[in-house]
Amino acid sequence: MLNEIRLLLYKEFLLESRQKQSINGLVLYLVSTIFVCKMCFRTIPQAAAWNALFWIILLFASLHATGKSFQQDSRSRFIYLYTLASPQAVIISKIIYNMLLMLLLSVIGFGVYILLLGGNPVQNMLLFFTNVLLGSLGFSAILTTMSAISSRTSNSFTLMAVLSFPLLLPLLMTIIKISKNAIDGLDPTISYKYLLVLAGINVITCVLSYLLFPYLWKD
Amino acid sequence: MNIKKNWWKFLTVGLLFYTVIAGFLGKVPAREILNETIRNLYFHVPMWFGMMALLFISCVYGIKHLNGGKLKDDLIAREAAHAGIAMGVLGLITGSLWARYTWGTWWTSDTKLNGAAITMLIYFAYFVLRGSVEDEQKRGRLAAVYSIFAFVMMIVFIMILPRMEDSLHPGNGGNPGFSKYDLDSRMRLVFYPAVLGWVLLGVWIMQVRIRIALLEEQYHSDQSNSQSVSL
Repeated sequence: MLNEIRLLLYKEFLLESRQKQSINGLVLYLVSTIFVCKMCFRTIPQAAAWNALFWIILLFASLHATGKSFQQDSRSRFIYLYTLASPQAVIISKIIYNMLLMLLLSVIGFGVYILLLGGNPVQNMLLFFTNVLLGSLGFSAILTTMSAISSRTSNSFTLMAVLSFPLLLPLLMTIIKISKNAIDGLDPTISYKYLLVLAGINVITCVLSYLLFPYLWKD
Repeated sequence: MNIKKNWWKFLTVGLLFYTVIAGFLGKVPAREILNETIRNLYFHVPMWFGMMALLFISCVYGIKHLNGGKLKDDLIAREAAHAGIAMGVLGLITGSLWARYTWGTWWTSDTKLNGAAITMLIYFAYFVLRGSVEDEQKRGRLAAVYSIFAFVMMIVFIMILPRMEDSLHPGNGGNPGFSKYDLDSRMRLVFYPAVLGWVLLGVWIMQVRIRIALLEEQYHSDQSNSQSVSL
């Protein structure tokens, strides 16, 4: 099982390194979105708005990043993979891969964001990035499963957004809350409660994805 | 009509008549702000209970469909979700009316209310998903997976998260539930039968819808059979 996950992850990285345009496209998407925001807003004085905008940009970027996770596998390659790997290994490797992708996007996004939208208001960087780390796991688990569902339908991209946004909202609201606390530099003990909720939602979504994915896999 | 099999339908009608009559004419504690709107407790809260019960049924039949692959289970899951959302919309309307007379607004951005709105969005997405898959087996499986996901997240959203935040809604964010200060023994006499009555009404609607759907299916399969014979 572990070996299988390692091999599947290796496959993902190999594919990504061979098709650099897709990751470059994502980074460019992120940078252009932030630039559009920069042009529209000029500056964002309130921390609350700064925070919300950052997460909305990341939400759309991660939607694009994960939306293709089951569509890039062609029909024949899919059947080949089906005979080789267990569905559990496939979903775990996809979740880990998408989580790493989201982490990369959020670090780049954060850098460009503070560069373009004037200064870094975050006072507690450790809490901020713990939040990003936990958040990307939850995002990745939900988005990967929804991508698996929507890739089986006819209008997959619209459906991907329609299916995932309401499910992502509890996660997103908790993340925004913690992130706001980190920006304001509140005492970390206030945020522990929310970090716990975030970890709880992560556990639930990962377990659900793990249990339900085999049913999506057989076709 | 067979009384032995359908006794619960008589019970439903009886309970709902009792709810409406005793609910509007019975004595209620006089509370500031709430005043007479406290009677909405017999309608608003049981409707949400009805929705939860029906969505739970939908989730259970989703799991059954995943295990057995029977199309009938999928059909039951679909109709339970339809009836559940109908109850949810009623709960939303009664809640909105209640909010207008106690909080002074039809809608406010409160965690509990947002949770209810998100639940609606999730289940509308469920119907959109159902609509965009042609193959019956595949549709059942995708819909079942989504509905299990949706049900669990809904529990998180309307049962757990509102308790973490400040909320106007009773029972959340340090705000005591109704049982603490309003539900005295007189109200309990109406409230519990009301819960049972509304939940049973939801189940009844679901049952009728399932029967119609099954008949429609049979009609279509008969029609396609006769067509193939005449050809």
